[in-house]
Amino acid sequence: MSAISTMGAAGFLARFEALRDSLPGCAAERAAAAESFRALGLPGGTSGRRSEAWKYTSLRPLAEADFAGSTADTVHGDGADLVFVDGVFRPDLSTTVPGFTQFAEAPAFGPLPRPDRDPLVALNTMLAADGAVLRVPAGVNAGIVRLGSIGTGASAFHPRHMIHLEQGASLILLETATGNGAYLHNPVTEITVAEGAHLTHIRLQDEATDAFHLATIYAEVAEGGTYDGFSLILGGRVTRTEIHAVLNGKSATAHMNGAQLLTGTQHADFTSVVRHAEPNGTSRQTVKNVLNGRSRGVFQGRIEVARHAQKTDGYQMNQALLLSPDAEIDSKPELEIFADDVKCSHGATVGELDAEQLFYLRSRGVPDSEARALLVRAFLAEALDLVTDEAIRAILEQRVDAWWERQAA
Amino acid sequence: MSATAEILDSVQSSYKWGFETDIEMDLAPKGLNEDIIRLISARKEEPLWMLEYRLKAFAAWLKMEEPDWARVDHPPIDYQDLHYYAAPKKKAGPKSLDEVDPELLKMYEKLGIPLKERAILAGVEPDPNERPQIAVDAVFDSVSVATTFRETLSKVGVIFCPISEAVRDHPDLVREYLGSVVPVADNYFSALNAAVFTDGSFVYIPKGVRCPMELSTYFRINARNTGQFERTLIIAEAGAHVSYLEGCTAPQRDENQLHAAVVELIAMDDATIKYSTVQNWYPGDADGKGGIYNFVTKRGACRGDRSKISWTQVETGSAITWKYPSCVLIGEDSVGEFYSVAVTTNHQQADTGTKMIHVGKGSSSTIVSKGISAGKSNNTYRGLVRILPSAAGARNHTQCDSLLIGDECGAHTVPYIESRNRTAKVEHEATTSKIAEDQLFYCRQRGLSEEDAVNLIVNGFCKEVLKELPMEFAVEAQKLLAVSLEGSVG
Repeated sequence: MSAISTMGAAGFLARFEALRDSLPGCAAERAAAAESFRALGLPGGTSGRRSEAWKYTSLRPLAEADFAGSTADTVHGDGADLVFVDGVFRPDLSTTVPGFTQFAEAPAFGPLPRPDRDPLVALNTMLAADGAVLRVPAGVNAGIVRLGSIGTGASAFHPRHMIHLEQGASLILLETATGNGAYLHNPVTEITVAEGAHLTHIRLQDEATDAFHLATIYAEVAEGGTYDGFSLILGGRVTRTEIHAVLNGKSATAHMNGAQLLTGTQHADFTSVVRHAEPNGTSRQTVKNVLNGRSRGVFQGRIEVARHAQKTDGYQMNQALLLSPDAEIDSKPELEIFADDVKCSHGATVGELDAEQLFYLRSRGVPDSEARALLVRAFLAEALDLVTDEAIRAILEQRVDAWWERQAA
Repeated sequence: MSATAEILDSVQSSYKWGFETDIEMDLAPKGLNEDIIRLISARKEEPLWMLEYRLKAFAAWLKMEEPDWARVDHPPIDYQDLHYYAAPKKKAGPKSLDEVDPELLKMYEKLGIPLKERAILAGVEPDPNERPQIAVDAVFDSVSVATTFRETLSKVGVIFCPISEAVRDHPDLVREYLGSVVPVADNYFSALNAAVFTDGSFVYIPKGVRCPMELSTYFRINARNTGQFERTLIIAEAGAHVSYLEGCTAPQRDENQLHAAVVELIAMDDATIKYSTVQNWYPGDADGKGGIYNFVTKRGACRGDRSKISWTQVETGSAITWKYPSCVLIGEDSVGEFYSVAVTTNHQQADTGTKMIHVGKGSSSTIVSKGISAGKSNNTYRGLVRILPSAAGARNHTQCDSLLIGDECGAHTVPYIESRNRTAKVEHEATTSKIAEDQLFYCRQRGLSEEDAVNLIVNGFCKEVLKELPMEFAVEAQKLLAVSLEGSVG
């Protein structure tokens, strides 16, 4: 049976062998990534011990899935400016965005991603066929750009995105990921924010229930620049959002906020590392988990402060609300600090809805379901309020409300 | 002398426990194999089941790999280059203090350990101003050389003796509980310990008994090229109560020495065990040469309802510390506590913390950890709070604070929080900062030297933990903090 070779790490490597001559870009880099992927494998894909970075997430279900093909022909646009279906740019569904080129037309792997260390980045580097390359020139405010991904059937796609903001530029990038099927969406996004530039990066992950979504983002922020990220995670079967931010210039800022709303047997992993490499940097992170059904939420967040990154100010808060008896949260907030004149703190809380608050609302005549909705909404507000663009926050809030209505139903 | 040299000098001379005692020793040949284990077992006159236990552990150890996940760095340890048994020639376990080698008594005197029992005359009230009585088990390299107040304790049914003696005299208790909290193959170092452990203390508090005095064990490594593998087992039956203290020192040597201990605590219904440690093994010199590798597995099982185990530790010594005193909270409403101060200077490395495993309904735990890094040291808090589905209404609060002194050290926090019961409440907070300039200024302006000011601030930083120590230990611990940080400011 040929089905065997389409599964697991071996399946991806076989696919690479079949495609390697037709893939765009530097063949040597892809070959090196393939070697790394061969060595690293899929975390949990074999019986060996998983690395610490994958302590709480096993990709065994991914290793056992068969990615046989796509049904991309049936897809309609979803209102985004730049639409990718199964990882391939669809000009027919997209509009013109200044500064945009297709990765397939100008394939280049930047210096930030680490295929040698991160298995899914190796997989992406090996097989990336397309993606969005977006450059905002110095001093330009590019407004909002919506980047949409639609997955179909049993396809596996590995888009490679590059977002470059030149000096003083600004952009709000709204990424959406949706679809229908049991596909794998494995994007790698490389972001550079130059001096004084400002990127707001909103990610709305609402993949199909059976889909895998494994995103890795590398962001480098220069002096005075800001990377302001927020991810709302709703969909997918096994998902991971992995963000690596490096504050490479003085007084740079990174926000890596998010919320994961899970139900059923969903497994969602939010992993982030912020590295303060230069002095006076600020990093902020608030990640909220609301877990229903038999879902499992994972948060791993590390703040690293290099020896000379004095006057660093780092803060991280991770909270989980368990709504059902079978939900599980695993949280690992880490501090790794080598400079002495810093202010770094983190906090984590886990619990259910506060009985006293619930009682307070009920005693004032608020029905139980409404009271719960109100408290969950309030719990999430602390994270959602960090999205400063009102129109975008409204979109996210609407999704959160819809999610809650589905839980109550 | 330049300022730097002065600081170095003060640091080097600050380990005042670094002397050697010249005692004729009975030393097993170097190396680790079944024959050595048989030799240890024979020297200890152990029953066959104990030897079998050791051999099983050794077989397990051979199949295991040394863990590498901790943030510590050291050259590979040659386990064949150590003596696994070292005992003073004079027969171990003397019947009275008069039989103890005077050289040894002198050493303990020098260390300030009270091995003399001050006889309390019948009918005479003890002087309230006198220091409280403490029963001491003194472990020297591989054997216990003296245990005081045993008679007083046995009157209330408390057993306090070297574990090697307990193996012979109380085999049923030892067999039932040894390895029941830390199984043989729990980890690499616990397996090694189970194979070659030589001495340590055994404590048994019968039902309903409140131990009339503090119990303590004093560990001393003296011989060269030895490893010390202590094994301590404390059992508190229903309603029992005991407070146990542990101290340790070692001579100042250029080579590293290994100390791999296992401590097991068992608390039944309504029992309380309070376990306090002041760890002051030789930390190595200013260049990071020498010092003890302190790789320790400590775990307590709160088996009974409303039982309580409380760990308090002040860690100032050792070149490397790898230690996670933990509680398995099985009983309903059982309580686990972990209070820790870890100070690292020069090239010391500490990776320490705790695990709180919540199994029982309504179990609760508190973790307070204070890490102070100075010099070129690295100090890591690593902890786990795990709530199992059965632990309805469980509660944990964790507070981890790190203080950095100087810009060449590192402070790290690695907590793991896993909850599988929605009714459980877990809170974790961690901060990292340096000594605030304004606090320092305030003290300096009132005439305190910089060093005294730092000591004052550090003591304040650690207060929450120090107040958990028995009073006399608290005083010693405060002094130790001051000595450890000597020369690390300015």
